[in-house]
Amino acid sequence: MTPVDSAKPATDPASTPMFSLHYDGWGRLVLTDASGLMHVGVETVRSFPLSDPNRGIAVCDSSGRELAWVEDPALLPDNVRLCLEDDLARREFVPLVLRIVSVSASTEPSEWDVETDRGRTRFRLKSEDDVRRLSGDRAMITDANGVRYLIPNLRGFNSAAARILERYL
Amino acid sequence: MTSPTDVWDTVPVAMREKVRGQLESGELLVSACEHDLNTSLQFCQGLLILTDRRLLAWAPPSDQTNADGSGWRTWTLTPDVNLRAWERGSVGTLELVGQDSRLCHWRYTAGYAAAVHRVVQKLQELRTPREDRLTTSICPSCGGPLDATTGVCPACDSVAKTRTFAGLLRLVAFARPRARLIGLGFLLTLAGTTAGLVPPYLTMPLLDRVLIPHQNGQPVDFNLVVWYLSGLAGAAVLAWLLEWRRAFVMARIAEYISADLRSRTYAHLQSLSIEFFGGKRTGDLMSRVSSDTDRICNFLSSHLVSFCSDILMIVMTAAVLLTIDPWLALAALCPFPLIIWLVHVARKRLYRGYGPAGVAWAEMHNVLADTIPGIRVVKAFAQEDREVERFDASNDRVVATNDRVNRVWALFAPTVTLLTTLGLLVVWAFASWQVFQNLITVGVLTAFLAYVARLYTRMESMMYIFSSTQRAAASAQRIFEILDRVPSVPDPVNPLPIGRASGEITLEGVRFSYGSREVLHGIDLRIGAGEMIGLVGPSGAGKSTLINLICRFYDPASGSIQIDGRDIRAFKVNDYRRNIGMVLQEPFLFFGTIADNIAYGRPGATRAEIVAAARAARAHEFILRLPEGYDSVVGERGQSLSGGERQRISIARALLIDPPVLILDEATSSVDTETERDIQAAIETLIRGRTTIVIAHRLSTLRRADRLVVLDHGQLVESGTHNQLLDQAGVYARLHKAQMDMLQDHFV
Repeated sequence: MTPVDSAKPATDPASTPMFSLHYDGWGRLVLTDASGLMHVGVETVRSFPLSDPNRGIAVCDSSGRELAWVEDPALLPDNVRLCLEDDLARREFVPLVLRIVSVSASTEPSEWDVETDRGRTRFRLKSEDDVRRLSGDRAMITDANGVRYLIPNLRGFNSAAARILERYL
Repeated sequence: MTSPTDVWDTVPVAMREKVRGQLESGELLVSACEHDLNTSLQFCQGLLILTDRRLLAWAPPSDQTNADGSGWRTWTLTPDVNLRAWERGSVGTLELVGQDSRLCHWRYTAGYAAAVHRVVQKLQELRTPREDRLTTSICPSCGGPLDATTGVCPACDSVAKTRTFAGLLRLVAFARPRARLIGLGFLLTLAGTTAGLVPPYLTMPLLDRVLIPHQNGQPVDFNLVVWYLSGLAGAAVLAWLLEWRRAFVMARIAEYISADLRSRTYAHLQSLSIEFFGGKRTGDLMSRVSSDTDRICNFLSSHLVSFCSDILMIVMTAAVLLTIDPWLALAALCPFPLIIWLVHVARKRLYRGYGPAGVAWAEMHNVLADTIPGIRVVKAFAQEDREVERFDASNDRVVATNDRVNRVWALFAPTVTLLTTLGLLVVWAFASWQVFQNLITVGVLTAFLAYVARLYTRMESMMYIFSSTQRAAASAQRIFEILDRVPSVPDPVNPLPIGRASGEITLEGVRFSYGSREVLHGIDLRIGAGEMIGLVGPSGAGKSTLINLICRFYDPASGSIQIDGRDIRAFKVNDYRRNIGMVLQEPFLFFGTIADNIAYGRPGATRAEIVAAARAARAHEFILRLPEGYDSVVGERGQSLSGGERQRISIARALLIDPPVLILDEATSSVDTETERDIQAAIETLIRGRTTIVIAHRLSTLRRADRLVVLDHGQLVESGTHNQLLDQAGVYARLHKAQMDMLQDHFV
């Protein structure tokens, strides 16, 4: 990215934002920028989805160009913030693994049957490298299709599940 | 229209009757897909059905986002209604949009994307029926052909099929040519095991007829001692000899089988499309050819064989024991399965410690692999202390995990001994009782103890079979995964001879797609023999794909490519490619001499021809400056050459095969002016009298081309000479202006 691009949206986060957000009748998120120009179908992106998910959120157009930068959503007007958070929640799909029901085999590829906060599902683990330890006793599993599953608390598992995960962490 | 039976395959079996019940009379099923999320992103299986007139959606009635209770919703497909699917991250959305709003939407995880896009595509086809409907397309991840009905790559979708030992059974096909050797190995095993069973049998009479009578003061024939002892020694020597031959024969069998497997895998790899090799697969593929075959070799030569001979020994020992004394035999053998099971459980439990220890060790390696090559950065930012801390932290984890492993492992050996002793104790107790009852002799007791002790010593090795079978099965699976892959460009059954083509190339309605994404939307292009065509367009416009199709790395999804008026699919792939020379952006030199590298496409070339080619490519002089001239070793581990030098060697390589068609991918990076001039001169020689297709970046090339062809978003948008196109003020003029602006920036 050229310096010009990144300099433009870097408005002072404390001041009132120079843009607003709303949904149109098609369910698309629309950003109206400082000059009143409407950008339809924008996307919200967290810059640090794991280490600092709540700060540093970018709003990009459909081709990935950055239109606005939100340092701290808490400072946004309520209606804009709600839109932003709603869109983030809608687009982010990282089920929390609450219980490991079964794992088909001790060698990869293996089939996992898990209970998540979004219901029960099965996925396929392609290689042991796809299980990654995160800070604070959390772990992330990426399945063969790229869907990510978060294990919120490694200590919260029963011993059978802990033993399964132990192999990878 | 596709036959309905095929389409029904995309509907889950359990749902077929329900779907049939929903269809009106005469309504035809066109396509169907499942999706696995509801609109609030909870996992929930749903089904979408596309018919020739309606879209039907089913969701389980329990789903709360489901509007009415039946689970079914339907929409009539009026012309203003359309389907749209897109993904972001791992979640996709399928939308049904009407004229002025979105009517409904569904969500799915990435694994369902291909099927969903298939439905969208089917609707498009329903609206605008095409003669040249997409018949095949290429899987974006492995380059294999996709299934025409479901749009799913059969190779990448092999979920759940992986957990079988079928892979190991398929090794039988590789074992068949070695049947005689295997037979010999089996005979040797049988003989060796028998010989091993003789010694305890001889100790029986040695005790009963010689030693015990002697102790009781009876006269004994000491010649018998000599007989028995020499029998014992003979059996031992025989067992040693047979075991030696057996081990050798078995190892050889395993080596042969895994070598066959390796070369078949490698040969098959060479026939697969380049897409298959893309990205970081290289390491994985290499490990499949080397480590996986090695693991199978190991399994066959030691684990499987020793397991079989163990079983053989157990059966034969049991037979011997039963013939000596059935009751004692039963008492001796009863605890055996129980103890095997106990040891197996203990071992499995103890093994678990191994995993974390391995991971900790690998993590420590990663820290090393990360920082040592990056040491300049570490030092430049003065982060040595932090790196040491990072290493110490992972080192501590190694110690901690190993500590745990050691604690449990230290327990293992004593546990096995304890269990074994307990097993022997049973024999002791029961046999002693029988001796007291005068049912058996002391000789029988010792023989039994010797046999049973022998069984227990084999127990440890028998345990290995469980884990090693599992690992070998996984390896076999990984290898057969490659062998089962179909090359994406098959040779025709009755190939036409091609000989030397004149070089006239015609593309007619060429379409191509990666997965659901079509990248070429019907290209028509005629290239005359000897014409020089410059391919221009922004990156991602489809230039490389077009080149790949012309080289027949893939076949187009529809349309045809002809050379001299004949479809290129009518020729053998290799015969056809022999007519094409390629000079790539980043030329690859193999490990070997410069001469070998120049002659890569024509190994029989004479030295004079090689030098002539090098001279024409302006490479001759710099080659001579190298210490060993044409015999200098280059490539990985060899003499390092500059980019311009490698480029000229690859030009010489192409010159030497003297192809009628030449494909040039111009380097975007600039080299110094003098080298640039050399390369230009070399290319000038190269293209003379050949049909040339250049992915052009340099202004000089653009000016010199007979015709420029501009691609944009997979379509041919403009064509003409440099000046004509500039006058048109279209895509080319814009690209050209951008490049000129950039050049100016450089000089300012």
